[in-house]
Amino acid sequence: MKIKYLLAALLMLFSTPVRAELEINVSGATRAPMPIAIPEMIGSNSNIFTKITGKNYGDKIQEVIAADLDRSGLFKIIPENSYIETLSSIDQKPNFIDWKAIKSEALVQSKITELQNGKIQVDFRLWDTVAEKQLLGKSFTSTTDNWRRIAHVVADAIYERLTGDKGYFNTRVVYVSENGTAPRKVKRLAIMDQDGENHRFLTDGRNLVLTPRFSPNMQKVTYMEYVGNSPRVYLLDLNTNRKEVLGNFPGMTFAPVWSPDSSKVLMSYANKGKTNIFEMNLKTRAVRQLTFDNAIATSASYSPDGSKIVFNSDKGGNQQLYVMDSNGGEAQRISYGNGRYATPVWSPRGDYIAFTKMSGGVFYIGVMAPDGSGERVLADGFLVEGPTWSPNGRVIMYSRQDRGYPVRLYTIDLTGYNERRVVTPAEASDPAWSPLLPL
Amino acid sequence: MKKLLSLFVALVALSGCSVFGADGGLFSGADCESRLARSFAENTTDIVYFDTDSSALSAEARAALDSQAAWLNSHDDVNVIVQGYCDERGTREYNLALGERRANAVKQYLVAKGVAEHRISTISYGKERPAVFGSNEAAWAQNRRAVTVVSSAE
Repeated sequence: MKIKYLLAALLMLFSTPVRAELEINVSGATRAPMPIAIPEMIGSNSNIFTKITGKNYGDKIQEVIAADLDRSGLFKIIPENSYIETLSSIDQKPNFIDWKAIKSEALVQSKITELQNGKIQVDFRLWDTVAEKQLLGKSFTSTTDNWRRIAHVVADAIYERLTGDKGYFNTRVVYVSENGTAPRKVKRLAIMDQDGENHRFLTDGRNLVLTPRFSPNMQKVTYMEYVGNSPRVYLLDLNTNRKEVLGNFPGMTFAPVWSPDSSKVLMSYANKGKTNIFEMNLKTRAVRQLTFDNAIATSASYSPDGSKIVFNSDKGGNQQLYVMDSNGGEAQRISYGNGRYATPVWSPRGDYIAFTKMSGGVFYIGVMAPDGSGERVLADGFLVEGPTWSPNGRVIMYSRQDRGYPVRLYTIDLTGYNERRVVTPAEASDPAWSPLLPL
Repeated sequence: MKKLLSLFVALVALSGCSVFGADGGLFSGADCESRLARSFAENTTDIVYFDTDSSALSAEARAALDSQAAWLNSHDDVNVIVQGYCDERGTREYNLALGERRANAVKQYLVAKGVAEHRISTISYGKERPAVFGSNEAAWAQNRRAVTVVSSAE
């Protein structure tokens, strides 16, 4: 203990002057992750029984908060065994010298209280240990079985306060789970939290299913299913588990996507060698054709304000990206680099369009501005495909398959750094990220 | 017994398919359809292959489709489904469309050779059902294909 204090005093001599505000600059391409201390929650020791049975929600919540922040790549969690001070009350001001001594720039002081009728309350304060200032103080209450949600909400609050961007941890992902090897692959729709937890299958694998997408209000999923010899776009209600076919098309419909207000679904309809984009109004069930080319137009995506649609078309000879008004009309080509461009997805922030690109036998995930400028590659590989945005427009999830290896989900930061695997029970493809959930 | 017999007659009428085997016996129903399917597979080249990102029919493909058209034109009561497939070197949704384009190219060729349009349906599996497992050009070439199969007989 004495040595630690001496070290702390020495460090104080060399420490930088007090800054006005603790903030991570997220616009830079490279930056060192911010060191943050997340000590044990006050109150998590209170019940020996829950410790033994593994139902110590304090420890679990602390672990999930740390894992969320770590996976973002913007934070470095300082190992607990180096902490000097033990916080014993949520109202006790931390001894900042102790936290600066371990080079922590931020500190999460938190408390868990088990309430009556199966509820828990989590209070926390976020400290700038260098400026010795409280940045945030919040309290959340929910049922104990909702403890993961609480942890993600706390992590989102910390992330938002320190980066200036909304968080994305309290979100889910719907995707296609794959079992077996080609040509006998079994595909099932599955849903999970963004960190791979709370995993659940939505279909039984009897029918081939592809390309699921969440409705913006999270109640429904639209996807493609082969029922007999009839591949069609379906709507699945997540609460009632009821499914219905969308539209009365005499042939294959696929590549469904929601409008930002959940009122419409765009899909592609293939007929007589042509594929065009159609809009379906979910209230009136009216169907409207938006593209009229003798070509393949598919993989549509709305701009966040719903006024424009980006899609890929081979009408100019090979697959390129085009933007048109959401009522149809003339489309402007926006991709002009080498290779074929596909699966454009508009960022929820509106500032970028993510895409899959194929060039020289290599697949790429990249981004460009909506006018096609500033193209940048984030990831490449034998087969990387199908980008989907975190709701804050900072992180992209996609599938990656290296030659001869299983297909899996990965996330990468918009800067092109911090590629991380998302752990799933089986092979995984076609991810679609949900909006930010309520607690 | 009489009831059973009439049920049998009704079933035969429903499926409609009947064919005389080599031994002179009459086959009907599903058994009959599988015989026709085998006859089609044995007497025609039922698969055609495509170049990367293409639905153009090569001379070899056209010869295969001529054999299919000849068989179909001598079996007026048989319907087929053309299945379009792609290799894994494209994006999923585009490949679904490309598979449909390939199946349609086959269908249009058969129609031009005199097969009634309503007898031919199409389906695309995109890159979902490769014939051959493997990530190399030899495997991809075998997976860029359209397969014609007997779907029903009137």
